[in-house]
Amino acid sequence: MVKININGRDFEAEPCQTVLSVAQSAGIDIPTLCHTEAVADYGACRICLVEVERRGRKRLVTSCLYPVEEGIKVTTDSERVKKVRKTIIELLLARCPDSQAIREMAENMGVTESRFALEEKAETGSCILCGLCTRVCSEVVGASAISLVNRGTAREVALPFYDEASSCIACGSCAYICPTGAISLVDAGSKRIISWPNGTVDFQMKQCTRCGSHYAPVRQVEYMIESSGLSPTEFELCPDCRKLD
Amino acid sequence: MDIEEKTLKRLNSPQELEALRQELQRASSAKSKTITICCGTGCLAYGGAKVAQGFKDEIKARGLENEIEVKTTGCHGFCERGPLVVIRPENVLYQRVKPTDIGEIVDTVKDGNIVDRLLYTIPGTKTKVAHEHDVPFYKKQMRLVFGANGYIDPTSIEDYIGCGGYTALAKTLYSMTPDEVISEVKKSGLRGRGGGGFATGAKWQSTQEAHGDTKYVICNCDEGDPGAFMDRSLMEGNPHAILEGMVIAAFAVGAHEGYIYIRNEYPVAVKHAERAIAQAEAMGLLGRNILGSGFDFTVKINRGGGAFVCGESTALMASLEGRVGEPRAKYIHTSERGLWDQPTVLNNVETLANVPLIINKGSQWYSGIGTANSKGTKIFSLVGKVNNTGLIEVPMGITLREIIYDIGGGIPKNKKFKAIQTGGPSGGCLPESRLDMPVDFDELTRAGSMMGSGAMIVMDEDNCMVDIARYFLSFLEGESCGKCVPCREGLKRMRQILDRIISGRGEDGDIELLEDLSETLTWGALCGLGSGAANPIMSTLRYFRDEYESHIREKRCPAGVCKPLITYNIVEANCPNCTLCIKACPAGAITGRGKKVPVVLDQSKCTKCGACFDVCRLNAVEVR
Repeated sequence: MVKININGRDFEAEPCQTVLSVAQSAGIDIPTLCHTEAVADYGACRICLVEVERRGRKRLVTSCLYPVEEGIKVTTDSERVKKVRKTIIELLLARCPDSQAIREMAENMGVTESRFALEEKAETGSCILCGLCTRVCSEVVGASAISLVNRGTAREVALPFYDEASSCIACGSCAYICPTGAISLVDAGSKRIISWPNGTVDFQMKQCTRCGSHYAPVRQVEYMIESSGLSPTEFELCPDCRKLD
Repeated sequence: MDIEEKTLKRLNSPQELEALRQELQRASSAKSKTITICCGTGCLAYGGAKVAQGFKDEIKARGLENEIEVKTTGCHGFCERGPLVVIRPENVLYQRVKPTDIGEIVDTVKDGNIVDRLLYTIPGTKTKVAHEHDVPFYKKQMRLVFGANGYIDPTSIEDYIGCGGYTALAKTLYSMTPDEVISEVKKSGLRGRGGGGFATGAKWQSTQEAHGDTKYVICNCDEGDPGAFMDRSLMEGNPHAILEGMVIAAFAVGAHEGYIYIRNEYPVAVKHAERAIAQAEAMGLLGRNILGSGFDFTVKINRGGGAFVCGESTALMASLEGRVGEPRAKYIHTSERGLWDQPTVLNNVETLANVPLIINKGSQWYSGIGTANSKGTKIFSLVGKVNNTGLIEVPMGITLREIIYDIGGGIPKNKKFKAIQTGGPSGGCLPESRLDMPVDFDELTRAGSMMGSGAMIVMDEDNCMVDIARYFLSFLEGESCGKCVPCREGLKRMRQILDRIISGRGEDGDIELLEDLSETLTWGALCGLGSGAANPIMSTLRYFRDEYESHIREKRCPAGVCKPLITYNIVEANCPNCTLCIKACPAGAITGRGKKVPVVLDQSKCTKCGACFDVCRLNAVEVR
């Protein structure tokens, strides 16, 4: 166990823990955008920056990545932290003015408008390029159907060649994990429609042989059959009908 | 492996290496003269390859092969005056040599005469300088690392061995322990030449102490800074020195595998490094059981796609692993968890090239050169508004003034010096008041710039510092990987603000906004590229704030560079209607009105290309 200090309070933590996880379990609020326990931390949004003093030297670090270390002093709301975070949320607000999630987070930091010109026609939608969708798709689902393409200001989330959805199993994990609502998922009867910032695809839904309801995407079922090694007959009924069996 | 590599004989002990070295020296002293032709990238661009071939043909045609050796070498540094030809052992330097000069030079080589017209002339005088070491460009230099470039053929391992190459390796393997090597490098005070300036010995030690069955040594040859080409020239001109440094590093930390990461845009460097590896392997200086010592170390080349961010250590390693070259936070050092999560030493080309010198001559000798905390020499690429452009190697602690005026020969066309940008795009611009500052890692950082890669770009009164800041910023914007918000979004916003200022739409508050964004990048970006990216803005704001203010408040560009803020005007008193400007104007904006009557410039047609200003020799065109 190592001893660390956060905002004047002492804590004990496992050496493998990050500053963020220690703070969160102690109820100390550090805002995050690109962090989730489902995938490896990435450090891209920079919203979770905190100030760490180590051997007399202070610097801002990414709390989701910073491993705790004996004797470090962490300040989660120093003037510098607040100032840098505020500029970062202004940058995101200017990029995605229509995103409700970003607007709310900004308001919590006391920011209601950005000093930067809004993106024209908000062409970026609500995507803040945190990469959660692509990371979930590759790390959790194992499909790698979408990825971040191009670099720098041209960076985007896209299907391969902007329209190749053949690896997508339509599971919707990307839409579920997206912190800003930039990816949408609609189940419309026999179709599941997923919209990414650069493409919309309709996926066929599998029908329950008993009740006729469309209960899961065909692709996802096929993927589950293959990965689980179960017989296709196991997936003929929807979960509700299976319970009745 | 080509035929030549197959015929190289394997060396199995330091004694065999020494015997070969002596044999090679005897063979080369049998020829009384050597004509060395610089075939560095700069000289090749001036036609160096044709000159080299011409000399070879001429010597053959005259049957002088046994008396005069013709050697193509790597970069000699004085790129401004290429193609360069040096006659050794006298070191007579001929510059701007053309194929038509070859006969005349060969005529004089044997009897020691000199072709006067091909000598370097000191600008502003008629003084000709015959010998390389007397040319002002070379005189104040200390070419410890770079000097061998002028003597050896980079494609010949024998040349390198003949000059004492691989003796440091033999010494390391046979008379030193890994701890002794690390201690020697630590005592030398060598700091990383790639930019960060981290103590090399400490880096090696932490890799040596790190837990891991497999360790790696990587040579970073991904130089991508505008204006920098020293790593390229070293790799092209003396690849064995870098290999030797790598094997010594590997022995010190306990690594058996290494990589050279070279950008594929450096094709000659790639070719020469590939060849050097094949030769060194064939001779038992690389690979298994090096020099019979039992130590194994193999090196592979990894060609990078030319992304600037891949010079950043963690991005470089991601790229080497076959992933997208994006950096990660370095809270766990790469010396502990680097390539494939194994302990890794990553050193720059120049850093590694220093290592054999330190081993051979000792840390005490090495640390006698330089300043208190920056030891040895540094290779800079000196470019921009300076008379002698090229690569220079100087002891740490030399002043910027000595570099620009003594070595660089001052500013062309008697213009006034304005600033020197050091350290590449993430470095800073230093003004005249800093010219007498000694150049070392810490002084440069204190002044708001950095050592960085060692690029030095000289600017004169005709450079607008806001425009310069915008140039570097847009370079970085284009090279940002886009992973983190401050760098991706921040750089875009900073560039947009500068665009506005340059076009005359700057507003009060813009400077403060730039300062806020600078702080956000410096403190909040994920990697070194992002956190250093605000330096061009911060340093120009620190030293040239008045230029920003003129642009914003007076809508005026003092240097006369920013097109929307300037007009070209005819100074009637100076204009005799020579019509030169009329001929130069592509827009037909200037018309003549007869003899001795000044020309007229129609502002509505003027595209502000500046052609009239450039051709006028009578100061009859002014920029306002």
